[in-house]
Amino acid sequence: MIRVAVIGAAGYIGGELLRLLITHPKVEVVGAVSSRFPGKRVDGVHPNLRSFTDLLFCAPEDLEECDVVFLATPHRAAMTQIDHWNDRAKLVIDLTGDFRLDDTEVYEQYYGTEHAAPHLLDDFVPGIPELYRDDLRGADLISVPGCMAVAGVLALYPLVERDLVDSSAQFDARTGSSGSGATAGEGNLHAERSGAMRVFAPTGHRHEAEISRHLGIPAAMTATGVEAVRGVQTICHAELQPGVDTSEVRRAFREQYRDEPFVRLVAQQRGTFRYPEPKILVGSNFCDVGYAVDEEAGRLSTIAALDNLMKGGAGNAIQCLNVRMGWPESLGLSFPGLHPV
Amino acid sequence: MTQQMTTVRTCPECEDEVQIRDSARLNEIVECAGCRSELEIVALSPVVLVLAPEVEEDWGE
Ligand SMILES: NC(=O)c1ccc[n+]([C@@H]2O[C@H](COP(=O)([O-])OP(=O)(O)OC[C@H]3O[C@@H](n4cnc5c(N)ncnc54)[C@H](OP(=O)(O)O)[C@@H]3O)[C@@H](O)[C@H]2O)c1
Ligand SMILES: [Zn+2]
Repeated sequence: MIRVAVIGAAGYIGGELLRLLITHPKVEVVGAVSSRFPGKRVDGVHPNLRSFTDLLFCAPEDLEECDVVFLATPHRAAMTQIDHWNDRAKLVIDLTGDFRLDDTEVYEQYYGTEHAAPHLLDDFVPGIPELYRDDLRGADLISVPGCMAVAGVLALYPLVERDLVDSSAQFDARTGSSGSGATAGEGNLHAERSGAMRVFAPTGHRHEAEISRHLGIPAAMTATGVEAVRGVQTICHAELQPGVDTSEVRRAFREQYRDEPFVRLVAQQRGTFRYPEPKILVGSNFCDVGYAVDEEAGRLSTIAALDNLMKGGAGNAIQCLNVRMGWPESLGLSFPGLHPV
Repeated sequence: MTQQMTTVRTCPECEDEVQIRDSARLNEIVECAGCRSELEIVALSPVVLVLAPEVEEDWGE
């Protein structure tokens, strides 16, 4: 058993990490750090964990030695505390935005602040097994990307990789309310949020920079909050290179994701769920991807859906842990989602 | 369990492999696992598949 701890354990991502780690067969959770609830029961904050654990939250200074630390704090906290956690664990898996970009200038542009640990940016391996699996096997520092970024990257990567699309793309992303965390303010009151389709980032969303980094093309992204608790759906629009047709697009997706345990190709001719739909992915680690081609216009739309707390965060982090430890990649992640839900 | 004998054909919609049982009948509808198209068997020896007509859906009127 390896000993793991979660920092920011009282948050939504922290709770999802605990849910997955407590039931993971090769892991023992030795610490759930919270500065607001030290000494309090974890299942008081995360009631879905009742009868699964008697763990108590601990203060940061009381955390025992462990093998792996997951950082699920707000951004900025990770980069200012990284040396401290790095000293205490062999492997740090960061889920914040702090180490997702490898360029300090781009970081400052998107986060509006100077980076506190720029010397470490190159040492973090991006937590996208589908793109960086070999690097993850030897990583001691892993940075898990943003939820809408993972969806955007997986939606277009097979085509960019094969040079089938033009050199830029637009990403239209929608997200459920849990994406804003457990400590969100007035704008997330039920009265304000319910029924809304809130365009909260028509330009300049931070995940846009991550998509550009991993795809290596300029990306423009919009982000809209919609009526859901969990779920992200990103639709990508791009121009196809001259002559590229539907079967070439299909082949690219098939080849790229054939052996991926958590990416499913969903582009069906029939049925209610023809294209990737986040609703049926709640609690599962899948990212479903699909496509549609307008051959006449030379245009392509691709669609990706996931659960922001799972493949968009905690689930992806556990997948990275499994890769890093050489365990079966789906260990502790086999939940298939719910229907109806 | 005895294995059913099958013939493999290519889906006219998505080019995925479609398994056709040797006991399949003319005009039978089979479903492609890749794209979930309904395919009609319009000839038997050899098996020929065509897309069965579908019902349109539009929510944005
Ligand atoms: N929500 C998502 O869908 C999602 C997806 C992927 C990645 N992420 C990232 O994951 C991180 C956590 O997100 P979340 O949605 O779980 O947020 P959250 O619900 O607000 O939780 C953040 C937790 O961090 C702790 N915290 C606050 N300030 C801290 C500090 N200065 N130092 C250490 N801990 C501090 C808080 O607990 P205490 O005050 O009790 O310590 C809080 O419970 C964020 O960086 C976010 O960008 C979120
Ligand atoms: Zn098909």
